[in-house]
Amino acid sequence: MESPSRTIEAISVRALSKSYEGVAAVAGIDLSVARGEVFALLGPNGAGKTTTVEILEGYRRRDGGEVSVFGLDPGRDRARLKPLIGIVLQSTGVDRYLTVAETVRMYAGYYPHPRPADEVIDLVGLSAKRNSRVVKLSGGQQRRLDVAVALAGDPELLFLDEPTTGFDPSARHEAWQIVRDLAALGKTVLLTTHYMDEAQQLADRVAVISAGRIVAEGTPDSLAGRDRVRPRVRCRLPGGVAAPEGFAAAPAADGFLEFAPDDLTAALHRLTGWAIDRGVELEGLQIVRPSLEDVYLSLTDPTASGPGEGAAR
Amino acid sequence: MSIGATLRQVGYVNKMFWRNPASAFFTFAFPLMFLVIFTALLGHGTVVIGGRPVHQSTYYVASMGAFAVITACFTNTAISMTFSRDAGVLKRTDGTPLPAGVYFGARVLHAVFVAVLLVVITAAFGRAAYQADIPGGATLLRFLLMLVIGATSFCALGFAITAAIPNFDAAAPIVNAAIMPLLFLSGIFIPLGDNAPAWIVWVARIFPVKHFGDGFQAAFLGTSFAWSDVLVVAGWGLAGLLIAARYFSWEPRS
Ligand SMILES: Nc1ncnc2c1ncn2[C@@H]1O[C@H](COP(=O)(O)OP(=O)(O)O)[C@@H](O)[C@H]1O
Ligand SMILES: [Mg+2]
Repeated sequence: MESPSRTIEAISVRALSKSYEGVAAVAGIDLSVARGEVFALLGPNGAGKTTTVEILEGYRRRDGGEVSVFGLDPGRDRARLKPLIGIVLQSTGVDRYLTVAETVRMYAGYYPHPRPADEVIDLVGLSAKRNSRVVKLSGGQQRRLDVAVALAGDPELLFLDEPTTGFDPSARHEAWQIVRDLAALGKTVLLTTHYMDEAQQLADRVAVISAGRIVAEGTPDSLAGRDRVRPRVRCRLPGGVAAPEGFAAAPAADGFLEFAPDDLTAALHRLTGWAIDRGVELEGLQIVRPSLEDVYLSLTDPTASGPGEGAAR
Repeated sequence: MSIGATLRQVGYVNKMFWRNPASAFFTFAFPLMFLVIFTALLGHGTVVIGGRPVHQSTYYVASMGAFAVITACFTNTAISMTFSRDAGVLKRTDGTPLPAGVYFGARVLHAVFVAVLLVVITAAFGRAAYQADIPGGATLLRFLLMLVIGATSFCALGFAITAAIPNFDAAAPIVNAAIMPLLFLSGIFIPLGDNAPAWIVWVARIFPVKHFGDGFQAAFLGTSFAWSDVLVVAGWGLAGLLIAARYFSWEPRS
């Protein structure tokens, strides 16, 4: 089969929608993923991540919108798409009585141009378990085998649906390394996760999905204007001391005063100058920028009104 | 079409089958065990089949052969496909370029292979222990045709019934509820003889089990072979295939 044109992007989605029994799970989302990009779909449980990726993989039918993966419509051209993609489902299994090597070889045999099985097994770090039966693998090792099976056909594009959910921290770091290695091989990766740090560590670009909609999209550093949001100054004043003029604000729940000055340098100078003059200690003085977690929580919290507000959490 | 791919897949199915020793053991042990038990309990008289007296031990060689094939093809296929479906193996396979026909074809080929092996073992055991006749010549060829068509048809019915199985826990009860009454009503466990109640005769006539069993009797007991038996069995197999094509699910149902 001819390889798809190099010019089209790996994934392009426009106005995708999907309902289950009249309840919208995906309510009109747009996405585009370039070749060679690691793209994270970040969102809480039930946001519509699995629905979205399984439509892209060809497992589920969409209700509306346009979807293209390497220029193919997963709903219509599934057979042509299958050799080009590797799929790690959110929950999946493999036949119990084969060894790791046999399993990878079996799946490799389904593809026109497989990657050598030993290479794939090395890539996911299962070389020592090559001849172990699948039933004997730990949970983390089984997940690596899932990735190995998805890589067996040497796909251009890899879907990873919550690849590290349930992992302990060290297993998660190892899994991240595998994804980085894949990126270094030039593979396009679409991963879903509800871990902010995972998106931050791995993704070139992140889309935050909440209740079936994309609520923010960008690089992990700039997501929702995180790089442009004004930093906040926080400190606590001793009891009975009133805030200086221009810094008056109702204390937050934890007793801290918080302000987001226009000119941080000048404001800090004034504040500390005032404190030294008075002999007042500014307890717990800190400068806070919104973390990706803040942005994420505010974006996915249905009661928050926007990223600016969220940054002031 | 993809003969190489199918044979390669049969190899993997075969490996998995033998590496589950409990399942493999019982697939082979059950029919022989039943053969010994039924013959010990009921095997001392004769039964009149097609106007001819037949020794009951010989009768059971034929019917346990049929039982073995039905277990290997219908029961095992339905239960193991449900297991693979609920474990997520089928969904994963469905995400690869492997044609569905190759996957199903390999399962069927392997089940037929096991079925033939079972019949050979049952017949050899029957020959050694009960002096049963072994068919030859044209009888053998007609019998092999019935065996292969029957085995394939029961596999297709095994695929079809998975559509009615909501989850793996329900697989064995549902499959047994479907097949056990038919095995009794079709004279597999207890000969129907010539004065069975009319309704049982009708049930036996409609469903494929008795027709399949009659094919075995023609081979082992020398009763007359009826092409209509082959046709009824094949018709059920075709129906199973159509139902599977329409309702088979690659994903867990819940
Ligand atoms: N097969 C299904 N049938 C009915 N509802 C579903 C189905 N799959 C998902 N949903 C619902 O759609 C919403 C989105 O689910 P999902 O795409 O699995 O989200 P995520 O992967 O982000 O956790 C959820 O409310 C979920 O309950
Ligand atoms: Mg999900």
